[in-house]
Amino acid sequence: MNAPTHPDYEVVIGLEVHCQLRTRTKLFTGAPVRFGEPPNQDTSPVCLGLPGALPVLNGYAVELAARAALATGGEVQPDSVFARKNYFYPDLPKGYQISQFEHPLSLGGYVEIDVAGGDGPRRIGLTRIHMEEDAGKSIHDGAVEETHVDLNRSGVPLMEIVSEPEMRSPEEAGAYLRALHEIVRWVGASDADMEKGQFRCDANVSLRPHGATALGTRTELKNLNSFRYIEEAIHAEVKRQAALLDSGGEVVQETWGWDADAGRAFVMRGKENADDYRYFPDPDLIPLTLSEEAIEAIRTALPELPGARRARFEQAYGLPADQVQVLTASRELADFFEAVAEASGAARAAANWVARDVQAALREADRDVAQSAATPQSIGVLIGMVESGRITAKSGRDLLPELLTEGGDPEALVAERGLETVSDAGELERWIDDALAAHPKAVASYADGDKKSLNFLMGQVMRASQGKADPGRVRTLLAERLDAGGAA
Amino acid sequence: MPLPTVAAQRAALDRGETSSADLVDAALTRAAEVDPAIGALVATRDEAARADAEAADARRARGEVASPLDGVPVVLKDNLAQHGETLGCGSRILEGYRSPFDATAVARLRAGGAVVVGRANMDEFAMGSSTEHSVAGPTRNPWDLSRSPGGSSGGSAAAVAAGIVALALGSDTGGSIRQPASFTGLVGMKPTYGRVSRLGLVAFASSLDQIGPLAHTAEDCALLLDLISGHDPGDATSLPEGPTASQADLDGGVEGLRIGLPREYFETEGVRAEVLDRVRDAVAVLEAAGAKTTPVSLPNTRHAIACYYLVATAEASSNLARFDGARYGRRAEGAADLREMYERSRSEGFGTEVKRRILLGTFVLSAGYYDAYYKKAQQVRTLLRRDFERAFEGCDVLLTPTAPEPAFRIGEKADPLSMYLSDVYTVSANLAGLPGLSMPCGLADGLPVGVQILGPPLADARVLRTAHAYQRLTDHHEATPAPIDSGART
Repeated sequence: MNAPTHPDYEVVIGLEVHCQLRTRTKLFTGAPVRFGEPPNQDTSPVCLGLPGALPVLNGYAVELAARAALATGGEVQPDSVFARKNYFYPDLPKGYQISQFEHPLSLGGYVEIDVAGGDGPRRIGLTRIHMEEDAGKSIHDGAVEETHVDLNRSGVPLMEIVSEPEMRSPEEAGAYLRALHEIVRWVGASDADMEKGQFRCDANVSLRPHGATALGTRTELKNLNSFRYIEEAIHAEVKRQAALLDSGGEVVQETWGWDADAGRAFVMRGKENADDYRYFPDPDLIPLTLSEEAIEAIRTALPELPGARRARFEQAYGLPADQVQVLTASRELADFFEAVAEASGAARAAANWVARDVQAALREADRDVAQSAATPQSIGVLIGMVESGRITAKSGRDLLPELLTEGGDPEALVAERGLETVSDAGELERWIDDALAAHPKAVASYADGDKKSLNFLMGQVMRASQGKADPGRVRTLLAERLDAGGAA
Repeated sequence: MPLPTVAAQRAALDRGETSSADLVDAALTRAAEVDPAIGALVATRDEAARADAEAADARRARGEVASPLDGVPVVLKDNLAQHGETLGCGSRILEGYRSPFDATAVARLRAGGAVVVGRANMDEFAMGSSTEHSVAGPTRNPWDLSRSPGGSSGGSAAAVAAGIVALALGSDTGGSIRQPASFTGLVGMKPTYGRVSRLGLVAFASSLDQIGPLAHTAEDCALLLDLISGHDPGDATSLPEGPTASQADLDGGVEGLRIGLPREYFETEGVRAEVLDRVRDAVAVLEAAGAKTTPVSLPNTRHAIACYYLVATAEASSNLARFDGARYGRRAEGAADLREMYERSRSEGFGTEVKRRILLGTFVLSAGYYDAYYKKAQQVRTLLRRDFERAFEGCDVLLTPTAPEPAFRIGEKADPLSMYLSDVYTVSANLAGLPGLSMPCGLADGLPVGVQILGPPLADARVLRTAHAYQRLTDHHEATPAPIDSGART
């Protein structure tokens, strides 16, 4: 366990994450789910709440939420029920939000976290995962005292992932969110792009004396939309509550918003204004039933999860943990690496190439691995050519960016451009002769004992060969010539 | 002379004795003549209907008749969405609203070539049993203009009873098709829940609402149901595709049919003796035709009204939340803030009965009352369903009165509770999802009386077959009201 965040109190944190499911259409209608369209473009009678419109459940959204549930060890329920959460607001066109209440999609499960400096991995329990539709967006124009409503987001499918109050520090909360963020992306349930509001977090925070079992009064921090804000906001809230308790005060159950610019929270809603949402099962929708076979099919189709994959990469390929971390930053990258490793026949070399050169070249081209023009097989072939000495590492690195952005067959490119390593002694000798003749000073300083001159002269030869000269052979030949006095 | 049925209109079209243009013209002329006194329709589609009729006649001339209803004029209750047309629901709050899509039932009707001639008046948002609670004013019963045609599909019923059209669509949440059918001497049917898609029907109580026909005969109802029934992927509560061909079954007769007579329905307090007499007459006719009757018991019937008014109002309070003045319909002018905009738009937009039910439903769902009311009502609903399951173990259909009395006078049921109690025989079918039909079985004091046939879920064809057998042996459905004096509106 970490050192306590606060000397006098134990911090208790539970998190609710609203995560957008990665569907093309909305949860209850075929209207498209996109980002940045003109207001009210992506709507249909259902998301506008027109008279006579009826919701029809998007089965793919259910599958995605079930994936996330199974990936976190949750028990997907054979029967779950969509309910209506009733309240009036202009961005809620039907006057109710369809959400799962009494009977959620999944119960239980956990997310494993490992906080730096902690006692090793720890499981944070999940209470439930349920599905619901998003509301629209109200845009207040203070200048003319008008409110505009954009219903593009109305009906976008979300899953709400509710944790147990088991985190004990802001850092644990951050670690939990990062781990959860990774899993939902890993299994393809969500893009979880926080800047697009696809992964939003509410935190429930309370304090209690160390050793106490009863929970203290909690406050809710709403709409925290970056990992950094979440940790900052919880830190600030812990400090506020501790000061309040220290001075003999009481924490009031309230909802706070986080002002990231000011770095402080503000009260959104007190308990006395708690709404009565009048939940009841939505009579327009039949209970959602999932057969055991359907659940097993989703489970079977799950990819190998990040933790398991990391362990395997370390063991099967003998890679260091920090490199594995880089290679498993996304499932796409991990898949890419494995395919490269297989095609190259040299896993550790492939790891170095993918972790360093491929990543750098992609960054340079402003692409991610999914946008690579090269197949992992072709990159594997390229690495294999370097490993077998058919081309030099330099030639390999030179070809890499082009392959990644333009694609192509490395064999053909090497042949076409004459990049095969030159190890023919006659040809190498000619380049060495030229270098020795052009740089007598370097030859002389080698003779005077400055062995580094060899590297300089090697560079000259390699340059003259346009990187094709077999560097090992060049070094040997050059050393022989220099040791023999450097004469041509 | 009896009014023409859809079957007769269809036969005349087939023989080339009439055209759709003629039928539509006759409907519009009749509406212009009698409707000022009745108020069945809130609008007619004169030009559009004539164009549709010409298209139907052209199809027929090419030998491309789309369905048995091709070219037949129909009227739609004003809670069924028609693409590009006003959708009023008898409410001020929908002022100016036009639907950008067709209800599935309407789309199927149109695909079958039926010609929509107008929209029928109704109790606001289908909440009522008298068609008095409409922004358009009351609809009057063609049998007696001082009386109500029942409700909430009173406009649809009155349009058929007054001879404007032979077929109208209504919706039935607690009897809103069957009770008006009973009051106006028609056959009206609520199909098994899920049989007809609710997509495009403005929801009153989603778990109870069904669209259905009002016509002179069970045969006409079967024609319509065969056209509009069937699975709709746009309605999650729509039944999977199954046998719907009710016409095919129509002539099966009642030989050996076991008819259950639920004791509780004949012992209800306040039911008129003449009503029970007419129903017993109908039982005798069916027995003479080979049906067997047996007494059955539905012990939870006494809880049905309470259960219904809890479930229906709870759902309605949520279904009607979307009418807030924000996006469409009527918005109160000059509100200082959002809350005031909501409050005034809804206060001004909804009528008294709708407000009463929204308030009741909101209360029923409130924290602290949910278990005592909504949850308990759901439990009672299960008990009612079991009552029927048990009853149908020993019989094929149930026969009951449709309403405790013939058409009451407009204004007579000023006390909401007495109005609610008039639904006593009809609400159970909605709570249990059963098919139910009302057909005329004679007169009491010169006013039509209806007998109700209930079947187990999915037995829509059996219910229609029973009614058809009865109608072939009787002529109550041929009775017509006295000529309507168009100046008689008071």
